[in-house]
Amino acid sequence: MRYIEPHAHMVSRTTDDYERMALAGCEAICEPAFWAGFDRSSPAGFHDYFCQLTEHEPRRAAKFGLKHFSWLCINAKEAEDVKLAEEVIALIPKFINRPNVLGIGEIGLNKNSRNELRVLEMQVDLAAKHKQLILVHTPHLEDKLKGTRLILDVLKNDQRIRPERVIIDHVEEHTVEMVLDCGMWAGMTLYPETKCTPARAIDILETYGHERIWMNSACDWGVSDPLAVPRTALEMKRRGHLTAAIDKVIFQNPKNFLRQAANFKLAS
Amino acid sequence: MTRQQVLDLYFLDARHKLIELAAFLDRAERAVGEDDFRLKAFRAALAKLDGKKKNKAKEVLLVFSDPTTKPVAKAEGKGAVGAFKGE
Repeated sequence: MRYIEPHAHMVSRTTDDYERMALAGCEAICEPAFWAGFDRSSPAGFHDYFCQLTEHEPRRAAKFGLKHFSWLCINAKEAEDVKLAEEVIALIPKFINRPNVLGIGEIGLNKNSRNELRVLEMQVDLAAKHKQLILVHTPHLEDKLKGTRLILDVLKNDQRIRPERVIIDHVEEHTVEMVLDCGMWAGMTLYPETKCTPARAIDILETYGHERIWMNSACDWGVSDPLAVPRTALEMKRRGHLTAAIDKVIFQNPKNFLRQAANFKLAS
Repeated sequence: MTRQQVLDLYFLDARHKLIELAAFLDRAERAVGEDDFRLKAFRAALAKLDGKKKNKAKEVLLVFSDPTTKPVAKAEGKGAVGAFKGE
C-alpha cells in the first residue's frame, strides 16, 4: 500500500515514527507550520522554525527514503498579536523559494477573533502575491462551524484565489459539504478523540464521494497517530472498498492537489 | 455494505460507546452540583439520536457549535471546550 501523508508535524515526532511510516508505505510527508504548544517570544523563534522545516526535517526524512515538504505561515493560535504576525509574515518571502516549500499554511482561525481574521487576510494576500497554494486550518470543536464559514468568506471574496488551489483541513460532517460546494479541497484529520475517527472519515467518503478530498494524521505533540492514514485504508478494505478507490484517496488525490506546487515531486 | 454487514462490523463497538455514554450520565448525575452549558448541550445532542431522521452525526455536531456569525472582539485563551457557552 502506497500513501502520501499530507499533514504531519514531524518536528514533534521521533525518528522511529519516520521509520514506521516508511514501513507502512508512505512516500512523502507534508508538514504545515503550526503552534508549538507554547507561544514563541519573537520573530526569531519563527525564523529558526522555518529553517527546521526547510532544512533539518527533509534530512531526517531522507534517511528513510521519504520525501519531506513543508508549508509556511504564522498559525492562528499566535495570530492574536498582529504586530508579531506582521513581522513573521515579513520573514516568509525569504523562505518561500526553498526547494521543499509547497505554499502558505496552515493558516486559518482558532477562536474566530477579529485579529485572527485580519492575519488570515494578510496571509491569503501573501499567497496570492506569490502564487502559492493554501492549506487552511479550521478551528476546533464548537468553533469549527463558525470559523469555517468565516474562512470560506475570506477566500471567496478574494478574486485572486482559485478554489482548486485551496485545501480546507479538519472538516467534519457539519462542514465538509460547504467546503466541497465552494470548489475547494477538503481534508479529514484522523484523531483518536477529536476530529474524525477512521470509521467516520469513511462514512464521509461514502456520503460525499472521493473527489477533492484527502485524509491525514496531523500527528503532532498531542494525542495522535502517525499511522492513522494506513489504518484508515485498512478499515476501508474491511468495508469492501476496492483497492483502486483506496489508492485514489490516500495517494492519487493528495498527489493531484499537491503537484499544483512546482516543488512537489515524488521520488518515483 | 449491507445493514447486516454494518452491524457485524460495528455493533459491538457502538454498544460499548453507548454504555460509556450512559455511565457518564450516571456519574455526572450522581455528583453534587448543577448541569453546566456542556451537559445541557450534551442532553440536547442526545435527543438528536432518536427517530429516523438522517445525518445524526451532523445534527449532533451542530448542537455543540457556535451558531453566531460575527468574529469575536478578542481571543480569550486558545482552547475549545466542546460546546458553545453562549454570548
